Amino acid sequence: MDKKTLLELQITATKIRKNIIEQVFSAGSGHPGGSLSSAEVFTALYFYEMNVDPKNPKMADRDRFVLSKGHCSPGLYATLSARGFFPEEDLKGFRSIDSYLQGHPSMKDVPGVDMSTGSLGQGISAAVGMALSGKIYNKNYRVYALLGDGELEEGQVWEAFMSAAHYKLDNLMAFVDYNGLQIDGKICDVMNPGCIKSKFEAFNWNVINVEDGNDMESVISTFEKAKEFKGKPTIVILNTIKGKGVSYMEGDYGWHGKAPNQEERDLAIKELNEKLQELEGVKNV
Amino acid sequence: MSKKIATRQAYGDALAEFGSNKDIVVLDADLSKSTKTDNFRKVYPERFFNMGIAEANMMSVAAGIATTGKIVFASTFAIFAAGRACEQVRNSICYPKLNVKIGATHAGISVGEDGASHQMIEDISNMKTIPNMTVISPADAIETRAAVKAAIEYNGPVYLRLGRLDVPVLFDENDYKFEIGKGIMMKDGSDVTIIATGLMVHIALEAYEMLKSEGINARVINIHTIKPIDEDIIIKACRETGAIVTAEEHNVINGLGSSVSDVASQNYPVPVKMVGIEDTFGKSGKPASLLQEFGLTAENIVEKAKQAIAMKKL
Repeated sequence: MDKKTLLELQITATKIRKNIIEQVFSAGSGHPGGSLSSAEVFTALYFYEMNVDPKNPKMADRDRFVLSKGHCSPGLYATLSARGFFPEEDLKGFRSIDSYLQGHPSMKDVPGVDMSTGSLGQGISAAVGMALSGKIYNKNYRVYALLGDGELEEGQVWEAFMSAAHYKLDNLMAFVDYNGLQIDGKICDVMNPGCIKSKFEAFNWNVINVEDGNDMESVISTFEKAKEFKGKPTIVILNTIKGKGVSYMEGDYGWHGKAPNQEERDLAIKELNEKLQELEGVKNV
Repeated sequence: MSKKIATRQAYGDALAEFGSNKDIVVLDADLSKSTKTDNFRKVYPERFFNMGIAEANMMSVAAGIATTGKIVFASTFAIFAAGRACEQVRNSICYPKLNVKIGATHAGISVGEDGASHQMIEDISNMKTIPNMTVISPADAIETRAAVKAAIEYNGPVYLRLGRLDVPVLFDENDYKFEIGKGIMMKDGSDVTIIATGLMVHIALEAYEMLKSEGINARVINIHTIKPIDEDIIIKACRETGAIVTAEEHNVINGLGSSVSDVASQNYPVPVKMVGIEDTFGKSGKPASLLQEFGLTAENIVEKAKQAIAMKKL
């Protein structure tokens, strides 16, 4: 990938981070931490990899994305609006009674949302269903899903993993936002999932570990590897930082589901604007 | 009465019959021989998927397949469909109003020997309170076939409540008409109305004969669709007969009886007596003995009918 494309993607991810903060701030609630840690994978999917058409969100053979960790809706909405599925100014209505932007993704309300999610563990199963349908009817679309690491504590996730491997769904690619934190603290303290890599392997998935899941190039490099691997679904462990891009949110589980106040919002936007300027500067050299 | 066929059997046969529609996909959770979805598998193996003993996953997988424009039947026992996987049915299927049909067999205490752990008596309640859900409880094999056909033609979630026990065939395939949300008057009468669903319909017909022999003219209504319920036929029965008895193989709390009472109390209040499971768990035994022990009998309907009539005379 050329440097310019990479920079464009990094700029997009930074703009998405700004809109994550703006949404959660204007709503006075929502989930910034896990949305920020996922900005790279959101961007890579919608601005690099997926075959989607914002003018025709229900296009029959489009690639699909399921946000299994549905509480990170601010990340998905910021991405969808940036991709042109709906106007950016609508993000201001996030979680408010007159807006279609529901607290958790609703496929009946939000253009571009492929599955209603929010109840953890269910999205990955729905993604399995989409991939299974693709196999039954010989479609060449691919299905992507993003899970939280805390979400792995839901038993249904493992039922879904078992079924995806059983039916050899190599048209399914899942990502785990492995930031190590959940609402009540570190996942290893709340309910330790142990070595997730060996668990995924034991469930017969093709596993890719990305050392820095907030590195755009690394995230993008996984797409081809997944496509080349036949006969098994692929899961990518993205080692990320919760709250990535906002200094005081990084690595603090307190920002899982809390809105910044005015001062905190201003600081976050200032930091992200500085990052944008830095990236634009490099681009213009 | 003539032939006896379990509604689960009619369900499996109907899936195989209507399965030529290539948009139909059938899922099961390791119970396909019992739910009879195996009948579909034999004809269309390429569109049948065993999801293993994992009902929660099955319901959300069904939802995912439905998002791609397909008609999905997901089958297991009622206890797992409407119990264990209740929240998946709510959030994955009903909230986005996806085209998933839940074929829930082994509902009620007529499951028999398996006992209380497998006798689902809360499923009408759990399913009817979820927005976007249609709840159908067929009385016999002919009605089941028609319900499956209607469910295929209807775009949205449907819960089909089916039984394990062989039950009498009440309808004639040639002149039977099924419409979602439309009750069927089986017998006309003016003294009291018995409103029944599922296997209680044929027991209600026995009660009709018993009442008739005592000079009481009962109306008998078969409510195959619990939701949306046929308000018109209930209001008409309230107005014209002045007393109601409901009969269902379900907890009396929040089942058919509650739905009928809701309609009556808000439109044309008359006494409503209920025959059903009196908020208690079932137990192991022969289905016929269990129906007797838990009061799901013609005798009990007759007694409640007389009570309802007595109340209207107050």
